[in-house]
Amino acid sequence: MELERHEYDVVVVGAGGAGLRAAIEAQENGARTAVVCKSLLGKAHTVMAEGGIAAAMANLYPEDNWRVHFRDTMRGGKMLNHWRMAQLHAQEAPDRVRELEDWGALFDRTPDGLISQRDFGGHRYARLAHVGDRTGLELIRTLQQRTVALGIDVFMECTVTRLLTGPAGDGGPDEVTGAFGYWRESGRFVAWQAPSVVLATGGIGKSYKVTSNSWEYTGDGHSLALQAGATLVNMEFVQFHPTGMVWPPSVRGILVTESVRGDGGILKNSAGNRFMFDYIPDFFRKETAETEAEADRWYDDKKNNRRPPELLPRDEVARAINSEVKAGRGSPHGGVFLDIASRRSAEYIRKRLPSMYHQFRELAEVDITAEAMEVGPTCHYVMGGVEVDPDTEAARVPGLFAAGEVAGGMHGSNRLGGNSLSDLLVFGRRAGLAAAEHALKRIDRTHLRDDALADAARAALAPFEREGGENPYTVQHDLQQTMHDLVGIIRTAPEMEQALERIAALKERVANLSVEGHRQYNPGWHLALDLPHMLVVSECIARAALERQESRGGHTRDDFPATDDEWARTNLICAQAPDGSVALTRQPLPRMPAELADVFEEVSAS
Amino acid sequence: MSYDATFRVWRGDAEGGDLQSFTVAVNEGEVVLDVIHRLQSTQVGDLAVRWNCKAGKCGSCSAEINGRPRLMCMTRMSTFGEDETVTVTPLRAFPVIRDLVTDVSFNYEQAARIPAFTPKAREEDGNHRMQQVDVERSQEFRKCIECWLCQDVCHVIRDHEGNKAAFSGPRFMIRLAELDMHPLDTVDRRDAAQDEFGLGYCNITKCCSEVCPEGIHITDNGIIPLKERVVDRRFDPLTWLGSKIGRRPQA
Repeated sequence: MELERHEYDVVVVGAGGAGLRAAIEAQENGARTAVVCKSLLGKAHTVMAEGGIAAAMANLYPEDNWRVHFRDTMRGGKMLNHWRMAQLHAQEAPDRVRELEDWGALFDRTPDGLISQRDFGGHRYARLAHVGDRTGLELIRTLQQRTVALGIDVFMECTVTRLLTGPAGDGGPDEVTGAFGYWRESGRFVAWQAPSVVLATGGIGKSYKVTSNSWEYTGDGHSLALQAGATLVNMEFVQFHPTGMVWPPSVRGILVTESVRGDGGILKNSAGNRFMFDYIPDFFRKETAETEAEADRWYDDKKNNRRPPELLPRDEVARAINSEVKAGRGSPHGGVFLDIASRRSAEYIRKRLPSMYHQFRELAEVDITAEAMEVGPTCHYVMGGVEVDPDTEAARVPGLFAAGEVAGGMHGSNRLGGNSLSDLLVFGRRAGLAAAEHALKRIDRTHLRDDALADAARAALAPFEREGGENPYTVQHDLQQTMHDLVGIIRTAPEMEQALERIAALKERVANLSVEGHRQYNPGWHLALDLPHMLVVSECIARAALERQESRGGHTRDDFPATDDEWARTNLICAQAPDGSVALTRQPLPRMPAELADVFEEVSAS
Repeated sequence: MSYDATFRVWRGDAEGGDLQSFTVAVNEGEVVLDVIHRLQSTQVGDLAVRWNCKAGKCGSCSAEINGRPRLMCMTRMSTFGEDETVTVTPLRAFPVIRDLVTDVSFNYEQAARIPAFTPKAREEDGNHRMQQVDVERSQEFRKCIECWLCQDVCHVIRDHEGNKAAFSGPRFMIRLAELDMHPLDTVDRRDAAQDEFGLGYCNITKCCSEVCPEGIHITDNGIIPLKERVVDRRFDPLTWLGSKIGRRPQA
């Protein structure tokens, strides 16, 4: 077998914010580091992030600090977040933002010359460091340029299909020995021997029909971790961003940043009513404005007024939009209206939201400074992911680490806007550091087993061996329709049972796919290899969602509409059973120490 | 609102290839990339194309559409007549890998050659202070999504392969301009811009600015000011004298 081989201390899979931040930290700590990514460098999904990076820097509101950010994050996640991750995240985010400036990032400024911060849903104070509405581009470019400056090796357009594990030298459980993959350009195989692998592969949105996610979001990291013996947590929690484009059909799902609402935009139904006032849950009633007048005053006077209901956490807003459309009060193309044109000057809108202005003008022929946008929920983010140690991002398999969207626990049942970019930086850095430390202790490296490499190669080539089988694009389409119809924003037991039956049938179809052409840059083949990942992740979501008999955050059950005290203390863990199926277990939620629990009293009292 | 369009798509690899004709359905509101995806999923499963965000933010799906360098995701089908043939070919300035995918490694090599950003120290409280008006000049260039359309259209490298050894192209001229105008950077790259990255090769035809999907004023705000600053440095008599008789002045 023709095989290109490499040896590193740390291999990072994925080149979005978390992957690049991990690689930078690993390299700076003396580890020989490689990044492997499916696209060209600088194209990862982080580039799509718009609004900003949440960090309690207190540049605009001196009252802000990590304890308030911690509280907002936990409440946004309906208290299911791993408290330690939420704590580290809130404490370290400001430093992670400041160091980006030392690497060349140029954020928008306050009049004092500090980093400006903007309002976002669920955040008590204006907290998001931003560059217009293209913050993700600034983040990825800054980290990319730092990666290049440090001379880190990057394997671009290269897909990892297997994690390799082997017996530990000290007789302990199997540990990571490296990874196996192929060059997309040539189809040739590559193997990396490395004692530490950091998964930073992002999310799973491509299993849904309407999504803001790109083709890369096929759940590879979630699936690779399961296969290697690691566990996934909170997989039932999928975030539907309330505002995706709904028209024209070809752009359905493309993100409309929450900044539109943070900067003054409001949601209206077909009757012209500002309907979010009808959907304020008791959990957030004390901190949400009661009248339109109070909500409008809040933008300039946060001390004496409460937040507009349009800036409730995303799960609340998405459900409200869904209800309005179902009740027949939607817009012509099945969404609702998002209006900033009537509330802010054209100049302000173009300055604060340049890429939204451009996106709607070019793709929908809508001038957002003159008319309302049509928006509706779109699959955006998976809160669930690899179960990790909060301080080191180590998974249950020694040598395996995970950071960013592929890791679970940080966001509980619902992520606040702006907390993903800070998550990438805080936990990307921690994962890179721990991966380097782990690798540099492993003097005797375990060699890659020839039979494991041969098996990985055989599996990758299987779609070429079969003739007359089904086209992978058809199977992907059917999976997306299944998840959209049956495991979407509102769920019921019979629908999810049906989804699991369909997923089982799709697995058989995937095992019989065939692809045309040859190994050189062949998207059909690439998709055929991504599909098994998409199916296993979809199964995890459906199984966990069926098991959790309550509604919380990004998991809404029509048959169990309330939150439940027992489930408030319970996590669901997915693992791979010996026969390859998904095994589900209940696990108690980690208990928050008393001094942190006090934060909820002190902050709401202030 | 659906109709059948005629598409001609270049298919082949480094050895050669040709334009192949397809009849393919087009629906209301679609862009060229939607139609290419429909071809991929229904007629030619192995048609090679790069794409990611499908919203003009990542700069992956660059190609030449009816001869003009464009992002496929931002080119609406409504800009063509229903009976107009749409021809899609790979970027001409770079070697073909397969179909619409080209080898753009030249650009990554240039990026690695540019002397890295080197900041001045933070203020005592741990912050950097900069005024919005001062960051905006470099922010314009940091909007660049690295789609390489400016590199593709630039006749200096498009028509003269040999020039790639001497001229890094418009994308990297604005990267140099961005660093030169960056309020925190401390490195002087003006000599390098001229001697190592070939600033002098640009003769300001502004084709790059015309194709930029981000509307960056590559020539007017980037290349021309950079040329002026290089000239200031090189032809200022005191600087010239200093460089001849003493230590080279460092910025």
